[in-house]
Amino acid sequence: MQLWLIPVLPLAGFALNGLFGRRLSKNAVSAIACGSVLLSFLWVLKTVLALQDPYSEHYFTWIQSGPLNISIDFAVDRLTAVMLMIVTGVGFLIHVYAVGYMAHEGGYYRFFAYMNLFMFFMLVLVLAANFLLLFVGWEGVGLCSYLLIGFYFLEKFATDAGNKAFIVNRIGDFGFSLAVFQIAKNFGSLDFGTVFSKVKDMPVEASAGTFTLISLLLLVGATGKSAQIPLYVWLPDAMAGPTPVSALIHAATMVTAGVYMIARSSPIFLHSTDALDIVAIVGLTTAFMAATIGLAQNDIKKVFAYSTVSQLGYMFVGVGTGAFSAGIFHLMTHAFFKALLFLGAGSVIHALSGEQDLRNMGGLRKYTPITFWTLMCAGVAIAGVPPFSGFHSKDAILVAAYQHAPWMYWVGVFTAGMTAFYVFRALFLCFFGEYRGHHHPHESPFVMWGPLVVLAGLSLAGGYINVPKFLAPMFPLAEESGNEWLMYVSVAVGLGGIALAYLFYVAVPSLPDTVANGLRWLYTPIYNKYFVDEFYNATVVRPAVDGSRTLLWRAVDVGVIDGAVNGIGKDARIIGGILKLAQSGFIRNYAAWVVAGSILVIVMMGMMGGAR
Amino acid sequence: MDAILFLIFAAVAVICGLNLVLQTHPISSALSLVGVMGSLAALYLLLGGEFIAAAQLIVYAGAIMVLFIFVIMLLNAGSEHRVQKGPWVKFFAIPLLVAFLGLLAYVVETVVAPGEGVRFGGFTQGSALDIGKKLFTVYMLPFEVTSVLILIAILGAIVLARKELD
Amino acid sequence: MLPQSVPLSWYLALSAILFSLGVAGFLYRRNVITVFMSIELMLNAVNLSFVAFSYKLKQNDGHIFSFFVMVVAAAEAAVGLAIILTVFKNRQTLEIDELSSLKN
Repeated sequence: MQLWLIPVLPLAGFALNGLFGRRLSKNAVSAIACGSVLLSFLWVLKTVLALQDPYSEHYFTWIQSGPLNISIDFAVDRLTAVMLMIVTGVGFLIHVYAVGYMAHEGGYYRFFAYMNLFMFFMLVLVLAANFLLLFVGWEGVGLCSYLLIGFYFLEKFATDAGNKAFIVNRIGDFGFSLAVFQIAKNFGSLDFGTVFSKVKDMPVEASAGTFTLISLLLLVGATGKSAQIPLYVWLPDAMAGPTPVSALIHAATMVTAGVYMIARSSPIFLHSTDALDIVAIVGLTTAFMAATIGLAQNDIKKVFAYSTVSQLGYMFVGVGTGAFSAGIFHLMTHAFFKALLFLGAGSVIHALSGEQDLRNMGGLRKYTPITFWTLMCAGVAIAGVPPFSGFHSKDAILVAAYQHAPWMYWVGVFTAGMTAFYVFRALFLCFFGEYRGHHHPHESPFVMWGPLVVLAGLSLAGGYINVPKFLAPMFPLAEESGNEWLMYVSVAVGLGGIALAYLFYVAVPSLPDTVANGLRWLYTPIYNKYFVDEFYNATVVRPAVDGSRTLLWRAVDVGVIDGAVNGIGKDARIIGGILKLAQSGFIRNYAAWVVAGSILVIVMMGMMGGAR
Repeated sequence: MDAILFLIFAAVAVICGLNLVLQTHPISSALSLVGVMGSLAALYLLLGGEFIAAAQLIVYAGAIMVLFIFVIMLLNAGSEHRVQKGPWVKFFAIPLLVAFLGLLAYVVETVVAPGEGVRFGGFTQGSALDIGKKLFTVYMLPFEVTSVLILIAILGAIVLARKELD
Repeated sequence: MLPQSVPLSWYLALSAILFSLGVAGFLYRRNVITVFMSIELMLNAVNLSFVAFSYKLKQNDGHIFSFFVMVVAAAEAAVGLAIILTVFKNRQTLEIDELSSLKN
């Protein structure tokens, strides 16, 4: 089925745009970029429609070392099919949108080259049939994330954000690498098929053991890539990149890689109940904390960034409670409405010529109607209002959470309420009331609102794509428990959040400040993101930088290494100075040396048997 | 008879050599060198090298030494003075020389097999005819090369010693 | 009594003695022209040994070598004396120890 075409088409787009983009016109560049992704999407469609489960293609052997045999294999099963559709489909819409958004920016071809490269790596990650190839894609998307976050490389805060993303990701990758080593050591192979079939025959661990270790290490990697506690700090800063980047990488695709990886490694996780609990707790804590921070942010993109972290937390809860298909379902619907939220935010920013602060927006309903209606669709989807997509997926997760541990359900529901509140806060501040800024808002061009409309449709109707049923052969469905009231409570809380936001930001505009002043002891930590960045800075960053500067740079590099190299130079000079004494300048001395030498030669010739 | 002739000329050569080393004025050294060359020519004759003996007298004693004497006269070089301070070679010269000489003697004694000895007239291929035959057939290339060498030497000498045109 | 024919080793011994005298002169004398003459003495000693060996081997190749040595010595003498003249013009001295500007 020529699976290799799926990632190679965007790679070709990257090569063409990267090498020749400077000389091509903007139309050509965008045609190559969007066209390659579209072709890839069509090929994915063909593959999915002709899906045989399981199916894999072997290309060549990569590493052959003793008992370890790692080859370049692509495999497609139902999980991969879902991911492929999301990545290529949403990716294509975002590429089209970016044609309009980036039209006035410099570095046009470079942007699309990086975007295509990202698509290539993400598709390698999803199609990989062994852990090492997945890791290649994992690292590759981290690299592209760095390149794209730091796209405006002349701004220091952008390059800093890129560095932060990459470095924090590296910490996660370290955990992932250790997990890969453990898997190789314990199972002798990194191939998914081989490892999982061996794992299935082993008993579930009652207490901490190999499976727990591997699962926790994989979780570390996932927290880095999917921005969970404690490695989420890079994602809000990553908003320094262009908005299409935020939509594609930090909403729809890259950050979901962690969830995908856990779902893929489900046999390993299912063998360690402790690890699954930890996954769920990490996800839940992150969801709650990020939602609280999102309540007080003023930058529209930061609100949505924390929303992403929070929703990823939900996905982790889903997989952590054993409801893998629910987690993947939420991954899909989240891709729709979060990409829509970001692209819509980009449309607003574009309309306001770069303004991102919510306090300077308002009343944009009449200026940008299409953006307004599409973002409203996204808002109701994320708030979990039926019959839209977010309701189906979030409900599935909350039901699984309740069956796992009821307290998780209540925390999840409260978080859902907060989610509805802060998303609609942003939307009300942006579109209702009077315009508080100084620009001239205008609607975006078709190439930008076209994808918005498509995504709005998917956000509304996407819930009816019954992913859990599709994935049922891989992840068995849970029994219906008959707790209908769970659903009603979550819907009610969602609607209540919307109503509360309406109260605060449309009906009584002075209410937010009053509440904030009254609850200042609560408001200040939330507004300052719980000072987590400052904490990390003090405990990790500063010691590392200072340690490097004093110890590694001054002592080792300058002292030892430079000292050794310079010392060799100095020694050479000293020896030269000694040997220089033989050059006395007196001809007779030289002659004496000649005579001495000739005596030596004759003696040696005599000792070696004469002149025979 | 041959031995007596050899001893006479050898003694002359050695004495002139010593003279060359020990005399202070360069002219005396030059004339001693002429004496060495003359006695060596005689020795060549004893060894049957007629052409070489003639060439020695004509080229060496007749041309090169004349050149030397001209230069000495041109530079008006006087006697050497006493040595004030010289390089360290003075301390090593004599031991080196003794060692060198001893070594050569040892080599000569052990390497050369005692053969029949040299008699005047024992070697007949040293005439100009024989030398010429060899020179212009087998050793043609070195011959031509040395002629070029002499040309270069003439050019070099002229360039080096000319007066700068003001 | 004296031997009827002169042993070859006597010729070679003479050549060695002359050569050593040449080396002695080279190392010991300070006038540069005298040093040059010592070189000529060394060349002559070598010529003698060439001819002696050519007698022993019953070939006249040694004579030819000796001839070429003479030619080269002539050329060398010409150029060398020209150099000495130039040096004398620049330095006004014929002391070999004072021609030490290549020192260190």
